Amino acid sequence: MTGATARDRPDGTPPVVGVENVTFGFGSEPVVEDVSLTVEPGAFLGVVGPNGSGKSTLLELLLGLRAPDEGTVRLFGEPAASFDDGERVAYVAQNVAGAVRDMPVTVREAVRMGRYPRRLVGRFSDADRRAVASALDRVGIANLADRQVGRLSGGQRQRVFIARALAAEADLLALDEPTVGVDARSREAFYAMLADLNDEGLTVVLVEHDIGVVTTHASEIACLNRELHFHGDSAEFVETDALGSAYGPNQHVLHHDHEP
Amino acid sequence: MTRLDYLANEVGATPLALTDWLFGLLDWLLTDAYGAGMDWIAWTFGVRTLSYPYMQRAYLAVICIGIVGPLVGTFLVHREMAMIGDTLAHTAFAGVAVGLFANSVLSLSVHPLATAMVVAVGTALLVELLVEYADAHSDTSLAIVLTGGFAVGSVLITATDGGISVGIDAYLFGSLATVSKASVGLLLAMTALVAGLVGAAYRPLLYATFDETAARAARIDVPFYNRLLVVLTAAVVVSAMQILGVILVAAMLVVPVAAAARVARTFKQSLLLAVLAGEFAGVVGVTVSYRYGLAAGGSIVLTGIALYAVVLAVDAFGAKEWVPGRESAGRNPESAVEESDAAVED
Repeated sequence: MTGATARDRPDGTPPVVGVENVTFGFGSEPVVEDVSLTVEPGAFLGVVGPNGSGKSTLLELLLGLRAPDEGTVRLFGEPAASFDDGERVAYVAQNVAGAVRDMPVTVREAVRMGRYPRRLVGRFSDADRRAVASALDRVGIANLADRQVGRLSGGQRQRVFIARALAAEADLLALDEPTVGVDARSREAFYAMLADLNDEGLTVVLVEHDIGVVTTHASEIACLNRELHFHGDSAEFVETDALGSAYGPNQHVLHHDHEP
Repeated sequence: MTRLDYLANEVGATPLALTDWLFGLLDWLLTDAYGAGMDWIAWTFGVRTLSYPYMQRAYLAVICIGIVGPLVGTFLVHREMAMIGDTLAHTAFAGVAVGLFANSVLSLSVHPLATAMVVAVGTALLVELLVEYADAHSDTSLAIVLTGGFAVGSVLITATDGGISVGIDAYLFGSLATVSKASVGLLLAMTALVAGLVGAAYRPLLYATFDETAARAARIDVPFYNRLLVVLTAAVVVSAMQILGVILVAAMLVVPVAAAARVARTFKQSLLLAVLAGEFAGVVGVTVSYRYGLAAGGSIVLTGIALYAVVLAVDAFGAKEWVPGRESAGRNPESAVEESDAAVED
């Protein structure tokens, strides 16, 4: 189980993500400027910032989906661009809701994709099948396995993508505003589940515009607006003026209360 | 690029460079095995149509097209890249014109399908490179390539004395009569190749189609599989062009897939149903075309569209009776979803 190795990593082994002085721009204007941060195994990092602050771009940079103009990104100690251990990284996008609407793919087929990096061709092994079945169980969608992903509600669909990450037995789960278009109740349940998975050792990087969600669930926060305005403990974040400096004045942190 | 070069060679050159031995085998397969079998069927069931060699070839050709068209088309349609089939068909027409032009001006004897294949595969890779590096996957750029290709074809055809415009109708609208043994051989080889490659690359193709960014995060070489898909599309379009015609060939990539997507429950099933729909359209279309002396391409495409219309109607009015277990899901996904949402929360 690769999931276990991330938890038990002794000190001195590489962090899950290491970003050093990274600058990136689509044109001449940098979208992300001189950002450095590390994500340790088992962390739950929330990346917040106003619209257009480069959050999604930063996420793509640290997954190696984009190459930085300057600086370096390392994934599990390897340069992110040449990192090829696909099953260790899982990604949940913002608007999966729209993209899959008309495609006849069942929940089980989608979750099986989590095993594809391990088995691009050839028959699935018993271990593959078990991983898929237990991932479906874990997020409570086993009863939806034969339904089409495009016909599910937003909340159910997000669980499908989490199940796909679990089936991969990934060590790092990266999510880009995963609850856009999801109703409030499902959203709370979704973030509670993320927190549970993190407690079990999964490293989570969550890009989110809702600061309340992040301060409630994440263990550390990176506050971004082109440059990194804050990176540290969630509790500490609320006390600093990082929010003000990133968003401008008149911002309030909303602490969501939710049942234990 | 080596993998790709290899692939391009596979697709472009091998079927055209069939050795004598392969030709002999093909000849035996088509004449002695397939031909004799069809003769027997024709005699036993009293269907005289099936005893004509060119009709036998036509049926075999549409059976092949019915497999490969929907097979690549399924991935194209669900990536919203359906236009690319049409674009490649029209540039393949330019390739045909290049071949005919070269033959008449330089007195070569290159088969126009060979030049069509080269031009279509080249265009496919060019379009894909544009997407990768310039992010230019727009309708506009495809429309420019499509019309540009067709314009080159029309100019080349009129650039000579008009002698080569003979037979161009067959390429434009498709024809059963011009299906030679060689072009059926090309189709057979293409079918084996495309089915084999799609089978081997099924998982990465599906992952990239369903969720491209996640596939890239999972370290699947998405650009490579995109190139594979467009090269296969070019190969399919060129080999199917003679029967269906340049203008209509893309329909075989789209119509059966659209019909299948309405009824399929899983992605695998949608591939299978799309192939079945393609076979139905092909076989019925060819039969109708022969019986009433109509254009083959048009007959096949209209049969496919009729099938799609029937599927739509059944889906809209009779979902409950026809597809058990999918009640209400077809028409009112939200209400169905809410019920089970509640069930999950328990």
